[in-house]
Amino acid sequence: MKRYLPWIALVAAASIPLWLHDPYILNAFITTGIFIIAAMSLNLLLGYTGQLSLGHVAFFGIGAYASALVSLGFDVELLFGIRVVHEPWPVWTGLVMGVVVAAFFGYVVGKLSFRVRGAYFVIVTISFAEVVRLVALNWVELTQGPLALTSIPPVTLGLPGVGYYDLYSKQSYFYLVLAVLALSYVVISRLVNSRAGRAMVALKENESLAVSVGIDVTGYLVLAAVVSAGIAGAAGGLYAHYLKIIDPDVFLFLYTVTMVIMVITGGKGTLAGPIVGGLIFGFIPVFSRSFLGPELQWILYGLFMILIVFVLPEGIVPAIEKWFAARDKDPETPLVKSTQAHIQDAP
Amino acid sequence: MTEFLQHIVNMLILGSTYALLGIGLTLIFGIMRVVNFAHGELYSFGAYFVYFAAILLGFNFFVSILIAIVAGCLLGALIEFVLLRPMRGADIDTTMLIMIGAMIVMQNGEQYIWGGVAKSVNTPFPQAPLVIGSVSVSWLSVFVFCASLALIAASYLLINKTKLGKAMRATFQDRDTASLMGVNIQMIYMATFALGSALAAAAGALLGPVYVISPQMGNLASLKAFAIVILGGLGSIGGATIGGFMLAFAEEMGAGYISSGYRDAMGFLIIIAVLLFKPTGLFARAERIG
Repeated sequence: MKRYLPWIALVAAASIPLWLHDPYILNAFITTGIFIIAAMSLNLLLGYTGQLSLGHVAFFGIGAYASALVSLGFDVELLFGIRVVHEPWPVWTGLVMGVVVAAFFGYVVGKLSFRVRGAYFVIVTISFAEVVRLVALNWVELTQGPLALTSIPPVTLGLPGVGYYDLYSKQSYFYLVLAVLALSYVVISRLVNSRAGRAMVALKENESLAVSVGIDVTGYLVLAAVVSAGIAGAAGGLYAHYLKIIDPDVFLFLYTVTMVIMVITGGKGTLAGPIVGGLIFGFIPVFSRSFLGPELQWILYGLFMILIVFVLPEGIVPAIEKWFAARDKDPETPLVKSTQAHIQDAP
Repeated sequence: MTEFLQHIVNMLILGSTYALLGIGLTLIFGIMRVVNFAHGELYSFGAYFVYFAAILLGFNFFVSILIAIVAGCLLGALIEFVLLRPMRGADIDTTMLIMIGAMIVMQNGEQYIWGGVAKSVNTPFPQAPLVIGSVSVSWLSVFVFCASLALIAASYLLINKTKLGKAMRATFQDRDTASLMGVNIQMIYMATFALGSALAAAAGALLGPVYVISPQMGNLASLKAFAIVILGGLGSIGGATIGGFMLAFAEEMGAGYISSGYRDAMGFLIIIAVLLFKPTGLFARAERIG
């Protein structure tokens, strides 16, 4: 049963545009899907390697800007009068370049920041995100600064000679996001179930032991950072071409916090965790916006974050898995008992 | 030259309040190993409390600042008691997530209570600035500088000359041994967090009236405080003081001679550079407090 769960979820998700015609809810699904992709990429670092990267929004934003700029074209003057002129390219190349550029920054940041661990790693990653935000705000010639990049073209799919198809409609964009989400899921699950993934978990559990048995810690961490940044960049590109406008606020710390909340609520270090957490936090605003202002909604998020860490530190998915495991072992076990066992297990 | 001197004067005033922020954080991070993301919110809490006491309740300006510092101290003790005490022994990432949650609640609470419009506080100081040669400085800034130095000196004496300070230093060096020697660790942690929060609130209370008070003012303050701590080395009051002035110097010079848009980037570039090339901070001989 558990083997088929991802397929069932995929089919169920694919059927959504067929019966759901409310454009507002469909819009919520699309943006939620984009943030689930970003949260999945964060989970690769946070859940599997145990490195809390709080600058993750940098890769999301870099992907968004890179994709938008490749599709829009730009004309900037660098130092010493060197001008770089770029003619607009097709949008799908923009999305690919978004992934490539974000992955490149993932490599650079990974190489540099994995020299430090724990709190210092967190501070370096946040600092990186803030520097990138300030560059996006101040390099007006390239990014238009606070005026935002506007009129970002929609994604066009097609083959030469067959015809082209603009993904204008929400239905078609939903399928694009779902496809990228499924692809990211496959990439991450292949990675974490490979030799590299086991190495990552080993170094999360006990880094000095992992080093002593010959695991190239920095190499695997950088690999995780590159893949994670690339996927976050893909999410950013999808975000830019969906909203068609992108401004430096995309780098705000609150977006990273949103991703972190999604991951820890769903369950870090599980493949399904970011999806479950993402759906919960993607849809809270949909239901709460009629009676909660944005400030109260954020206060709710903050309290929820504290509460989760206090009562369910492993997240929802591991708790459910434990509950099922306990029930399979002993069908008579009441629910209360298994949750108590879970609390005792918690670190 | 005139411009340079003016930058130096600005640097001294900004740096003295940065030092307060940094000392508060270096104590909390050094002794408790808690990455306090709410530090910047305690800073803006201090600023709002001055506004609340001086403008809405009508207290004297100087009394309002004292009230704000005491309120910051109490709020810090409360946060420690409610959020951190039950999580004693949890790893650093767990408490970090809790403090991020606290930061979000506090910042949006400020936005909800006070609204997004920036507030300003009237001060009893004369409008005309103090002019020394070609450099002019407002009387308020002179007061902020002197008050900050007094608070820095007071925290130095508290840590190095009192029994409480001795217990804090012992806890910093070795928590378990300190506990065996009869130090009440729970009390030390609460005192540390309350003291650090009071210093952050003091920085906000002093700097808030110089600029304007807005819910976003705490946003960068936590990270700047970290830049200071990283510069100065963990647990060092002297290092945090020098680090505060150095960050202010880098910001003033960056804003004055490179681009004002990148003023806030200076702190982050310093963090990245120091952590990558000299991770123990510029002044740390070894990790010690005092």
